[in-house]
Amino acid sequence: MGVDGPPPEAAAAARAASGPAPGAARRAPSLVRRTLARLFDRAGDALESAFGPAANPLSQLGALGWFFYWIVAVSGIYLYVFFDTGVHDAYASVERITHEQWYVGGVMRSLHRYASDALVIVVLAHLLVEWAHDRLRGPRWFAWTTGVALLWLLFAAGITGYWVVWDDLAHYVALATSEWLDALGLFGQPIAHNFVDDSTLSGRFFTLMVFIHIAVPLIMLFAMWIHIQRVSRPAVNPPRALALGTLAALLALSLAKPAVSGPPADLSRVPADVALDWFYLGFLPLKDRLSGGVTWAVVATGTLVLLLAPWIPRRRRRAVATVQLDECNGCARCAADCPYGAIEMRPRSDGAAFAQEAVVRTSLCVSCGICVGACPTASPFSRRRRLVAGVELPDVPVDELRARCEAAAAALAGDARVLVLGCRHGVDTRALAGDGVAVIELPCAGMLPPPFLDFLLMRGHVDGVFLTGCREGECHERLGIQWTRARIAGERDPYLRARVPRERLCLHFAGRTRLAATRDALAGFRSRLSGLPAAGTSAAKDAC
Amino acid sequence: MADPVRVGGQIVAYAVFFAVVGVLSTAPAYSPLPPGTAMLRVSFSHAGERVEPCRRYTPEEIAAMAPNMRRTLDCSRERVPLALELSVDGEVALSRELPPSGLAGDGASTVYARIVLPAGRHRVLARLRDTRRAAGFDHEGAFELDLAPGDSRVLGFSPRDGGFRVL
Repeated sequence: MGVDGPPPEAAAAARAASGPAPGAARRAPSLVRRTLARLFDRAGDALESAFGPAANPLSQLGALGWFFYWIVAVSGIYLYVFFDTGVHDAYASVERITHEQWYVGGVMRSLHRYASDALVIVVLAHLLVEWAHDRLRGPRWFAWTTGVALLWLLFAAGITGYWVVWDDLAHYVALATSEWLDALGLFGQPIAHNFVDDSTLSGRFFTLMVFIHIAVPLIMLFAMWIHIQRVSRPAVNPPRALALGTLAALLALSLAKPAVSGPPADLSRVPADVALDWFYLGFLPLKDRLSGGVTWAVVATGTLVLLLAPWIPRRRRRAVATVQLDECNGCARCAADCPYGAIEMRPRSDGAAFAQEAVVRTSLCVSCGICVGACPTASPFSRRRRLVAGVELPDVPVDELRARCEAAAAALAGDARVLVLGCRHGVDTRALAGDGVAVIELPCAGMLPPPFLDFLLMRGHVDGVFLTGCREGECHERLGIQWTRARIAGERDPYLRARVPRERLCLHFAGRTRLAATRDALAGFRSRLSGLPAAGTSAAKDAC
Repeated sequence: MADPVRVGGQIVAYAVFFAVVGVLSTAPAYSPLPPGTAMLRVSFSHAGERVEPCRRYTPEEIAAMAPNMRRTLDCSRERVPLALELSVDGEVALSRELPPSGLAGDGASTVYARIVLPAGRHRVLARLRDTRRAAGFDHEGAFELDLAPGDSRVLGFSPRDGGFRVL
């Protein structure tokens, strides 16, 4: 990586006109959050170099969670067909499944086990990534809190799964978890009493646990559906290459180290050296060392902190998008592009000759501005004194954005004048400002209406536009990069007009850690610009 | 043609991820008991005597009741807490007052406790008070336990089966 240095003095004028947009100032996160975010960013960079941006596992954690869930569900259904739910028959039936039909049943059991474990990893990583990148505030509180509830369901489903095998591990888990539940003091008779001796072992209670092991994952599926309700186009399927690779690796692990049972449960013995699954059962030794009450206090406090995380620390919410009804023609592009379903189309209320009008559901709006980028009225070519789009972000009105672009461009000199338009979640664009380069920061790259590119290049304000932001596949506002690319490629309304010379555009979405690479890309872009003829040649793709 | 470096990177990423899954799904092994020890669990439910003794209704009182509601005894609901004391090799290992369950205090008292003992022979004396008396015990059981490392025994109580028993 390169070393940040002070921008040249010659850039002072450009910087004065550019910089972060109002309301787009970066807030310094806590040290822990910053460190974790940097760690995940680095890991994401490394994984991207192996998997590519589309199949980067770190950008697909939620989708991988769904994928593992379905593997667990399908393998679980298969196992249940051959499983005896009686306490005295369960162990023998699992042994038959594991050994007599190892090539199917044994593999299914291993897939069931390892996909469940992998699910814990991706769920916890998903939670940490979202927290580190502060993607839990505002309307995202809903996905966050339902995700926390899902954690409980996940562990309940996993833990009960270890009971039903009824080996020595199951014996330990049954006793330890029931002792833990008994610490709540809610049950008239200790549940653990059921598992201390053969005479107290209740077959009916055991069957109930099997039922719970089936019911909880079903409830979990319903909760997963609720979890994604407030985002549009949720990613519930990983890219095919990633799914196939993951399944192949899971199969390889299942064949290399099949999941097997321990010795059958012997209630006259305390299980010794149990092969604990630390993903699901790691808290039980803590309960043994401390006490059930202390463990409950730790878990309850942790859950409470997680639930309150979207509001800790409190931050001022940015002004949400507003619809200027006089300018709205009811085209519904903003509603189609909003990543959070925060815009709905309703029958026209002002008597204008359009069927519909856009209405912002303020509780769902994250102020990303992607709706502004989708609005066909956000055209800087408008001859009106004050430019007003059908949908606007009050903190970054398009009229002001146009004025800032013009002012920043006017301060540039040379034959490779570049305006950098960067989202605030990517590299710190201020570090890119310099001789012949001005920067303007946006809430999201997707906020930029394509006509602005047309305006900047065809009116000769600048020689090139450099668009940068989050890492590909890791857009902070979910769909900003995707829509930006599609609009420029002419695949999604509003299209960037064909006359705009694409070789004077550079789309470089590298994330916040790759400042040196972004600088190099910018330098290379400017170098190519210097060699271009004055008139554009309209290449099919952007220059990067 | 796939880039071999990228494919290699993917293989390494999958291998590392699923190696973590494979290892932590069963290891390190965990032993709930320290080596050379055994466990005695005390686990039973038993209802103590009623706080107030039952009173027999007089014939006049019974006659005054609705025919379908007639009964002979007037009993309060609340029960006394149990007092349990357990000594191992002459030393008190467990001494608890066990309150009755239920909001009205009318349910059975329950106990579940784990006592870790060194393997070997132990003399266990269990005593229980389940009546209104203020001191002393109503039930007593003495046992000689020969515990191998990792053994699990349960001390239960059932008046029907003669009081204390070790399972």
